[in-house]
Amino acid sequence: MRSKVSQPSWYLTAATIGVLLFLHIPFAIVMLYAFTTDEAAFTFPPPGLTTRWFQIAWNRSDLWTALGLSVRVASTATAVALVLGTLAAAAVYRSRFFGREMISFLLVLPIALPGIVTGIALRSALGLMEFGFSFWTIVIGHATFCVVVVYNNVLARFRRTGRSMIEASMDLGADGLQTFRYVVLPNIATALLAGGMLAFALSFDEVIVTTFTAGQQSTLPIWIFSQLTRPRDRPVTNVVAFLVVTITAIPILYAHYLTQDSGEIGSAGE
Amino acid sequence: MMSQIAIEFREVSRHFGPVKAVDRVSLAIHDGEFFTLLGPSGSGKTTCLRMIAGFEQPTAGEIFLFGQEVTYLPPYQRDVNTVFQDYALFPHMTVGENIAYGLMIKHVPRAERERRVAEMLDLVRLPGLEKRKPSQLSGGQRQRVALARALVNQPRVLLLDEPLGALDLKLRQEMQIELKAIQHEVGITFIFVTHDQEEALTMSDRIAIFNQGNVEQIGSPAELYERPQTHFVASFVGTSNIIGGELARQLVGEVRPFSVRPEKIRMVERDAPVPAGMIALDGQVHDVVYLGMHTRFTVQTAGRESFTVVEQNLDRTLADIHGQEMRGRPVRLIWPEGANNWLREEGR
Amino acid sequence: MSGLTQAPPGSGSNSWSRRVSDLLYNRPLLLLALLLGPPLLWMVVIYIGSLFALLIQSFFHLDGFTGQVVREFSLATYRDLFTVAHMRILGRTAGMAAAVTMAAAVLAFPLAFFITRYASYRLKAILYLAVLLPLWSSYIIRVYSWKLILSKEGIISWVIGKLGLTAVLNWILDLPVIGGPSLSVSSLGLFLVFLYIWLPYMVLPIISALERVPRSLIEASGDLGARMGQTFRHVILPLAFPGVVAGSIFTFSLTLGDYIIPSVIGDSSPFIGLAVYSYQGTSGNIPLAAAFTVMPMAIMGVYLLAARKLGAFDAL
Repeated sequence: MRSKVSQPSWYLTAATIGVLLFLHIPFAIVMLYAFTTDEAAFTFPPPGLTTRWFQIAWNRSDLWTALGLSVRVASTATAVALVLGTLAAAAVYRSRFFGREMISFLLVLPIALPGIVTGIALRSALGLMEFGFSFWTIVIGHATFCVVVVYNNVLARFRRTGRSMIEASMDLGADGLQTFRYVVLPNIATALLAGGMLAFALSFDEVIVTTFTAGQQSTLPIWIFSQLTRPRDRPVTNVVAFLVVTITAIPILYAHYLTQDSGEIGSAGE
Repeated sequence: MMSQIAIEFREVSRHFGPVKAVDRVSLAIHDGEFFTLLGPSGSGKTTCLRMIAGFEQPTAGEIFLFGQEVTYLPPYQRDVNTVFQDYALFPHMTVGENIAYGLMIKHVPRAERERRVAEMLDLVRLPGLEKRKPSQLSGGQRQRVALARALVNQPRVLLLDEPLGALDLKLRQEMQIELKAIQHEVGITFIFVTHDQEEALTMSDRIAIFNQGNVEQIGSPAELYERPQTHFVASFVGTSNIIGGELARQLVGEVRPFSVRPEKIRMVERDAPVPAGMIALDGQVHDVVYLGMHTRFTVQTAGRESFTVVEQNLDRTLADIHGQEMRGRPVRLIWPEGANNWLREEGR
Repeated sequence: MSGLTQAPPGSGSNSWSRRVSDLLYNRPLLLLALLLGPPLLWMVVIYIGSLFALLIQSFFHLDGFTGQVVREFSLATYRDLFTVAHMRILGRTAGMAAAVTMAAAVLAFPLAFFITRYASYRLKAILYLAVLLPLWSSYIIRVYSWKLILSKEGIISWVIGKLGLTAVLNWILDLPVIGGPSLSVSSLGLFLVFLYIWLPYMVLPIISALERVPRSLIEASGDLGARMGQTFRHVILPLAFPGVVAGSIFTFSLTLGDYIIPSVIGDSSPFIGLAVYSYQGTSGNIPLAAAFTVMPMAIMGVYLLAARKLGAFDAL
C-alpha cells in the first residue's frame, strides 16, 4: 500500500518540527514555572527549584472552593449535554426530516460564534427576565455549548453502526426499549464516554461565557483569570496551571483513545 | 396439493411520495416453500421483504401471516425472522450471545439457551464457536451465524435479504446447496430475495419476478424459463430472442409477440432444407463468442434484427474453433414451432 | 457481559416498555418529536431566545441623565455605535483577526501536509494527538503560559539576550503599530498569543481536507510529468483550500470575539470583546454592548455565506 513513501524535503520537516514546538513549548514552560523559587517575577531561567508552592496551594481554601464549583458545574453541564446531545443525534440519525442540517448548524452555533456573543446574549436575557445569577446560570451557559460535542461524537458512532442492527434486534423480538438497552447503548457507550469527557473538559476550562453568567462566584478558570489581570499569588497560580494542564490531559487522551479508529473527536471541536 | 398459505399480500402498495416502490402487489406463498423474490435493484423486492418483516408498512393493502393480519404489527410481534444482507451481527456480543439474543428476550432459561445455541451451531456447521466475536469470523462464517441467530427462534417463516451477495462465487455456490439442505431440515418457509437469476433458478420452488414495483410473473423455475409471459421475464430470466411486429407475421402469420430461447435454435447452411413443423430464417453471423461449454453466435437477419443462438461445443475441436472463420458466414436459423412462447402484448 | 446472563423477570406479560414501544412504532412522528423536542427546545428557547433578546436590547438606549436603560425602540444606540472611535476598534479587531488567520494558515499547512502525506501510521496518530491536545487543553492556562513567556524577564528575552540580538528586539518594539514597551504589552505579542491559541483550529480542517485528496490523484499528476512543486500548486492546494477556509471560520471568529487575551496581553488598546465587556460591565450600557456584538455577528454571517460558496462546510 505504502510501498514508496517519498521523503519529505528538509524544509518541510523543519517547518513541521517548528510548528509542533510552537504548540508545545508553552506547556513545558508552565510545567517548569510551577517549581520556581522566584515569587515576584517570571524570571527565566528560574533562580532555583522548589516544591513548596504545591504545599501552599494545597492549603488555600479559595482554590478548593473554585475547584469544587468548577467540578460541579462541569458535571452538571455534561449530564445535560449527554442527554440533549444523544437525543438530537438519535433524531437526526433515524429520520430524514426537513431541516436536518439546521439542527447541526443550531448546535454548533454556540461554539462557532464568538464566545462573547454567547456570553452577553445569555447575560442580557437573564437580565431581562430578572433571573439571579447562580450555579444554575453557569450550568445553562455551559450545557448550551457542550451539547454539540456529545452530538458530534454520538452521531458519528450512529453512522458507523449499521441501521440494520436495530432492525435485527427488533426482528429477534426486542421492543424499542429493549433494543436501546441491549444493542444501541452498548454500541454508543464509548462515544458517550468520549463525548462526555470532552464536554467536561470544555466546561471545566471555559472562561469567556462564564464571566457573563457567574455573578459573584468564581470557577477555577475565573480564579486564574483574576490572577492574570491582577497578579497576587504568582507561585500559587503557577502550581494551579501545572495541575490543570496535567489533569485535563487525562480525559482528552482517554477520549482520543476511545475514538481513535474513527476520528470522531477530530471534528468534535468544530 | 393444498398446503396452508404462509404469507399473503392483498393489493399491497408502498409509495414514497411519487415513487411507487411497490404497487398493488398480490401474492400467496405456501407453507414450506422456498420462495424467491427476483428482480433488478429498485424493483421493489426488498421493500416487500421488509414489509413482511415489519420494518416498513404498506401505504395501502393488507399482509397476512398464516391467516392473521399483520400489516401494521411491529417486527417484534411477528413470527418471522430475517437474515440481513450485511448480517447485522451485534459486534459487542459473542457468537453465542448473538444467537441467544432472541431467546434471552423471550426469557428462555439459560441452560436451555445454551443447549439450543449449540444445536444451531451444529446445524450451520460451526460447532464450538460460541465464544468468538463476530469480528473474528470470515464472511461465510458470519453468514452462518446470522442464519443460526434467526433459526434458533423457530420462526414459521425465514426471510433472507440477498444473504449471499457479499460472498465470492465458490462460497456462494456452497451456501446455496447448504441453505436448501437447511430448509429441508427445518421444514419452514424460506423467502429469499436476490437479483441473481441463476441463484433463484437453482434454489427456489417458486419465484416471483419483480419489475418496477410490480410482480410480472410467479411460477416454478421451469415455468418461468420455458413459458415467460412478458418481455421483461423472457429477457431477465435467461436470454431470449423476442420477435414481434412484421417479422412475427412473416414467420408465424400473425402480429403477436413471442420469444425463442437461443438454445432451441439450430444454425444450418443457407441451402439446407426446412423440415415440416420448423420455422426458418436466413441471416449472417455477426459475432462469435467461445464460452467453453458452448459457443454463442449473434446472427443478423436481412431486416437488421439480431438473434442470439447458442450451440453446445459437442463435436467442436480446438482446430474447428481456431480454423473456421464463422464471422460473416451466411446461415439459416431453424427451430420447431413448439419452441415459440407467446408473450403478453404490451405497449413497448 | 452484555446483560445476556440476567434476563429481567416479570417476563413476557406485556410490560409498560412494550406498550410504549407499540404505541411509538406506528407513530414515527411522535417518536421524532420526543427525541428532538428537548434539545430543540433548549437551543431555541435558551440560545436563540437569548440572541434575539440581545438583538432587541440593541434597539433600547441609555438615558444620558439617569443612566437607566430606556426600554423603547430607537436607533439612538446605533447612532452611538457608528462613531470614529468605535470604527477604529472594529478595524483593529478585524485586522488582527485577518492577520492571525493568514499566519495560522501559513503555519498549519506544512504541519497538516506532513501529517497526511509523510507520517507513518503510528507517527500520524501521535502527531494528530499533538494537535488535538492543545486544542482541548485549558484555554486560560494556555494564555497564562504566554504571560510567562513574553514577560520582560522571561524566556524570549533570555534567548534573544544569549544570542546577542537584544538590539534587534528593541528595534522591532520601537516600530509603530506592532511595537510597545515590551513584548507582553505590544501588538506583536498579542498577535503571537492569538496565533498560538487558535492555530490548532486551523490545522484540523486542513488535515481533513488533505486526507480527502486521493493519493492516486497525486500519483496521476506525477505520472503526467508534474514535479512535486507543480503538483502541490495545481492539485493539492486547490483541493485543500476549502479546509483552509473552514479553519479560517474558527480562527477569524474566535479572534474577533475574544476579550480575555487582549485584557491580559497587549497595550490594552480596545478590541471589540473588551469594548463589549466594559460597556456591559462598568458603564452598564447594555444596549451599546448589544449593538457592538451585532457587528461581529454580522461579519461572521457574511463570512459564513462566503465560506459556504467556497465549499468549506464539507471540510468541517
